[in-house]
Amino acid sequence: MSDKAITVENLSKAYRIGLKEQKHETMTGAIMDWIKQPLHNLRRVQNLTRVNLHEDSDDTIWALKDVSFEVRQGEVIGIIGRNGAGKSTLLKVLSRITEPTAGRIVLRGKLSSLLEVGTGFHRELTGRENVYLNGAILGMRKKEIDLKFDEIIDFSGVEKFLDTPVKKYSSGMQVRLAFSVAAHLEPDILMIDEVLAVGDAEFQKKCLGKMRDVAGHGRTVLFVSHNMASMKNICSRAILMETGEVIEDGDIRTVVNHYLARNIRSQTSFEFNEDQHRYQTDFRIVALNFLVPEQRLIFQYGESVSFELKIQCKKDFWGVRVGVGIVSEGVRVSTIHSHPIDFLASDSLSRVRCTFPRYLLLPGIYSLVLGAHLAKNGQGLDYINQEMYFEISEVAASGCDSFDVKAIGIFKLEAKWENLTEDRQTVWADSTQL
Amino acid sequence: MKKTDPLQPLTVIEPRKDWQAFNWRELKDYRDLLYFWVLREIKILYRQTVLGFTWALIRPVASMIVFSVVFGKLARVPSDGIPYPIFAYAALMPWTYFSQSLIKSTDSLVQQASVISKIYFPRLIIPMAPVLAGLLDFVLSFLVFFILMFVYHIQPTWNILYIPLLVVIMVLTASGLGMWTSALGIQYRDVRQAMMFIVQLLMYASPIVWPISIIPFKYRTIYAIYPMAGVIEGFRAALIGKHPMPWYSISIGSISAICLFITGAIIFNRMEKNFADVA
Repeated sequence: MSDKAITVENLSKAYRIGLKEQKHETMTGAIMDWIKQPLHNLRRVQNLTRVNLHEDSDDTIWALKDVSFEVRQGEVIGIIGRNGAGKSTLLKVLSRITEPTAGRIVLRGKLSSLLEVGTGFHRELTGRENVYLNGAILGMRKKEIDLKFDEIIDFSGVEKFLDTPVKKYSSGMQVRLAFSVAAHLEPDILMIDEVLAVGDAEFQKKCLGKMRDVAGHGRTVLFVSHNMASMKNICSRAILMETGEVIEDGDIRTVVNHYLARNIRSQTSFEFNEDQHRYQTDFRIVALNFLVPEQRLIFQYGESVSFELKIQCKKDFWGVRVGVGIVSEGVRVSTIHSHPIDFLASDSLSRVRCTFPRYLLLPGIYSLVLGAHLAKNGQGLDYINQEMYFEISEVAASGCDSFDVKAIGIFKLEAKWENLTEDRQTVWADSTQL
Repeated sequence: MKKTDPLQPLTVIEPRKDWQAFNWRELKDYRDLLYFWVLREIKILYRQTVLGFTWALIRPVASMIVFSVVFGKLARVPSDGIPYPIFAYAALMPWTYFSQSLIKSTDSLVQQASVISKIYFPRLIIPMAPVLAGLLDFVLSFLVFFILMFVYHIQPTWNILYIPLLVVIMVLTASGLGMWTSALGIQYRDVRQAMMFIVQLLMYASPIVWPISIIPFKYRTIYAIYPMAGVIEGFRAALIGKHPMPWYSISIGSISAICLFITGAIIFNRMEKNFADVA
């Protein structure tokens, strides 16, 4: 007997997207168009659900291409990939929300999918009524909900408002109640799409605990998230997807590192175009230039990370602070702000250089996010919608402690160590400040 | 670690090719959801209203009053010798149920688009729920009928026992059409636009304000293909008892109701796989 919980064979899913239509410029052309429009629309709407497997037309998008993998029972597996890599489509096909265009999936056991919490919640219904309705939508029987009802309410912490319509709830309470219902499902296979990022910090902790419980009980879990840290925490194996295909399948740490490394480009300067700026202002960070001897963004541990920003303003600015966020595995671990730059003249190119302390970051893959704001009122001037990845390699630069390169973590913090053993009193300090 | 249970359900997901009407096993698994969904339909309908379930009575009663004045008094439409208000009300009970269920059922999938694209359950529950929930309003509308019976001194006859059969035909018709229109409506949004006035036209095509007796005999068979014709005329015969049951119309109507229901289920099943993609 097989112990495979999920078998996916050559799975493909195609979508039709509407292409831009031709417009006629002349009056007669426009009238003809108007007459033909219904026919044209009919064909377009019909085509939404018609996909020709062998035809490679322009308006067909393959969200999944020939995906195959197997998941053993009890395995907790993460699906990694950029936006649009096909992760969500994969979960949708696996949870039967949409049908595959080709291929086959065999699921052994009862499956529940959580692509969203609180699906089907109705504002006018009370908390109690919504628990039953939502539970049933998630595939629970009435008896099951009856049994777990008290537990669900306890977990959510909304017992006082049980008979109040949920439209009177705060959004936090709604989410808590919704997650509580979902957390009490007992499927053999569970699929989750980033629903962990809900509620306040305390509730999130509770949720993570519950998730680990679920994973620990021999259930098979498929998990999609952008948070590599929580993924590493929960999953043992990962599948890396890109443009609808599985490109790597293996141990979580290896796959996460490869995924992050793929983001490191073999160029050291980044130029930002107009749609990468979040705000419409007269202030523009136009480029970022890493100061690195080689053509790859890999720094040796102990080497200083340094980069230059080019700023162009359409008017004069006083007191601007530039901010750099350091992101590790999807988590912003620190933000470094510049001192206020007293004057930036209009229509001239200003250059700002930033250098991180030499031993700040431990080996790993990080990314930078960039922004700028006015010092006096914190008004946002620029934010760049692009993460710039770089790596601190496990090769130690000359003159630094090679033991550190194996250290686990993000930052190297300075500390003072003292040997207090009699006759052996010694003091080691990393810095003179201590 | 959990052992593989030979009884664990095995699910195979692949492109659908069959022409199945119902997946019975799955519907059985989700019967509690159908129950809760019907309950939801009933609860949200009159929540935060002042009159509550009285609305179930206002709709047919108001129509009855207007029809009695316009068609009964002013236009003098024949009513087979039955007082016009009760003549109209007996027909308005099944008609109100049918038209309301059909409109809600048509809209149901589009309204639940966000649910459809987030989770799987048998989609059939969505258009079926308003059809079943409407039965409560329908039952309540009998209250007014009993009052009218008292006012017009109408003695109930044994024909009243045929009512459940007529209800079954009526539900089959509403749900059969509902499956057609909701499945087509989520992909072709024109259906929703069209349904509003189609239902309006169907009302005048049904023997509500006029008796079936004004239709020439040679057209009766064709007319009876429209299931609500037999149902409405059947309601009058069963409730008022002045005429024999129109068995000929009812039997033809029930055959077409069953056809509607089965074809509706098949079409729904065929189109179901695409709902999430077009929602």
